[in-house]
Amino acid sequence: MRRYLCKRLLYAVLVMWGVATLVFFMLRAIPGDPVSVMLGPEATPEAVAQLRHNLGLDRPFYVQYVFWLWNLGRGDLGRSIVNGERVLVLLGQAAPRTFAIAVLALAISLAVALPAGIVSALKKHTFPDHVATVVAFLGLSMPNFWLGIVLILVFAVKLGWLPALGYVPLSEGFWPWLRHLLLPAFTSGTAFAAIIMRMTRSAMLEVLHAPYISTARAKGLRERVVILKHALKNALIPVITVIGIAFSLLLVGAVVVEEVFAIQGLGRTLVRSIINRDFPVVQGAILLIAGIFVGMNLLVDILYTYINPRIRYE
Amino acid sequence: MRPAVSSSVSAAAAPPAPAVSEWRRAVRYLRRDVKVVAGFLVLGGLVLTALLGPLLSPYDPNAQAFDLLAPPSWQHPLGTDEFGRDLLSRLIAGARISLTVGFAAVLLAMLAAVPLGLVAGYYGGWVDLLIMRYIDLQWAFPALIIAVGLMAILGPGLGNVIVAVALAYIDDFARLARAEVLALREEEFVVAARATGASDLRLILRHLLPNSLAPLIVQATVSVSYAILAESTLSFLGLGVKITTPTWGLILSGARGFFTLAWWLAIFPGLAIMVTVLSINCIGDGLRDALDVRVSRAA
Repeated sequence: MRRYLCKRLLYAVLVMWGVATLVFFMLRAIPGDPVSVMLGPEATPEAVAQLRHNLGLDRPFYVQYVFWLWNLGRGDLGRSIVNGERVLVLLGQAAPRTFAIAVLALAISLAVALPAGIVSALKKHTFPDHVATVVAFLGLSMPNFWLGIVLILVFAVKLGWLPALGYVPLSEGFWPWLRHLLLPAFTSGTAFAAIIMRMTRSAMLEVLHAPYISTARAKGLRERVVILKHALKNALIPVITVIGIAFSLLLVGAVVVEEVFAIQGLGRTLVRSIINRDFPVVQGAILLIAGIFVGMNLLVDILYTYINPRIRYE
Repeated sequence: MRPAVSSSVSAAAAPPAPAVSEWRRAVRYLRRDVKVVAGFLVLGGLVLTALLGPLLSPYDPNAQAFDLLAPPSWQHPLGTDEFGRDLLSRLIAGARISLTVGFAAVLLAMLAAVPLGLVAGYYGGWVDLLIMRYIDLQWAFPALIIAVGLMAILGPGLGNVIVAVALAYIDDFARLARAEVLALREEEFVVAARATGASDLRLILRHLLPNSLAPLIVQATVSVSYAILAESTLSFLGLGVKITTPTWGLILSGARGFFTLAWWLAIFPGLAIMVTVLSINCIGDGLRDALDVRVSRAA
């Protein structure tokens, strides 16, 4: 187990190094000089040259690469070209918002999807099952930015129950914070809930045919106990992998959802910095997202061995 | 009793009924699946709309009129936008773009990725190592982030969107093709073909590829719907096609300031995307059941 852990950790570090290198070279392939964006069209050639020098952009690629990697290793992601703020600080401000949306989305969708999936499996091919299936299909087929727009129109504009845009930090109170997050979380959680519901349903169906379920029933256990203790526990194993993968997808979904709800999280920071050609911020944001992705996959693999003792890694 | 038993034995020993190919069985299965039939009908209608676009659309999608933000009426069945352009005509024009991107991107991704996966799985060794290390690297990135990053490099444009979305989904197809080859490589028919002296190319193209098609087709169907969603997302973010192109995502994003005044601008483009993606998802789900395969990634 320990050897497996070390191997996976080392592998994750290697992947991150590969990702970092790829990002570095890809971003330098982008047409458009960030310096001319910063200084505007009326900048003198001298000012452009001076700024390029200050930013180290006039040095050869490999020098820039080595310096960049060295700084990255020390946790220094550089400064935003647009406003001079340290990238780490910018990302530090943005990440909690994205995480808050993702965690709340996760909570809402699990609360809806797990019971729906279980009921759907138990009442296979009945009315509730059909309804759940249709809703899941709709949820998977909806573009999340559109769902966000519709939710804003209904709950913010028409009914006036929730705020349409923006973010309020937790320090200003739990309720205002939650009110601003509900619509974004619901928006980004929908597709995810659909996946979890379908997974739970098929996993439950598979488990319900297992011999140990018949045994449990034959022992005279109440149906509740059979379902919750015997079936659900085993059915959840594949579901947990999907939760891990999908949590990363929630973070990605944030790219779009944050744009719709005007919340300056990781996703919006990334898109805005691409449009502004703010290389250091783009790098930092992509590295952070990739890091979360790699980390989540690692976590899922490890968690898996604990939940399912039948799995052993050599 | 005895004769009955012997007759049943001889019936079992008789040559089997003419073999129905697995594909034909799948088609027969699909034709009974309501959601697949519905999916095909809707998608067929959409393809037809895209092909006949200019003939069907009541107005020129870029023609501006004086009735700005007009609600749905007999003249403009879905209303007009902030420039007085007919929304129905713009959505019809958008159908062509969404479907083109969806199918072209998946085709391109498969053309690039399936050979990679086949070669990696078939040869193994350092070829496999080299290809799969890259695929693993890409696997560390969410597809949408890859597409967003590539659009930043390539710049806006329809062709660039197709390339960016295609590259973003390469890892799915390469992994799937490789996994299939690994599973098939030691099968008897492959070993037999190799023993008769079939070349590598022949083995891959005649034996391995046709037998890995079923999961690839299911993955391709699902990917078309992802690609359509990805295109509309990129356009919505302002990282997709050129601003003047009428696509569903861009129509939604362009009208953002007017949603409270004109609900039809918010509702109909999104419905168009949803109906398209839904029809493809229905077909994909049915195909998965019919061909009895599981797709590698849930989303």
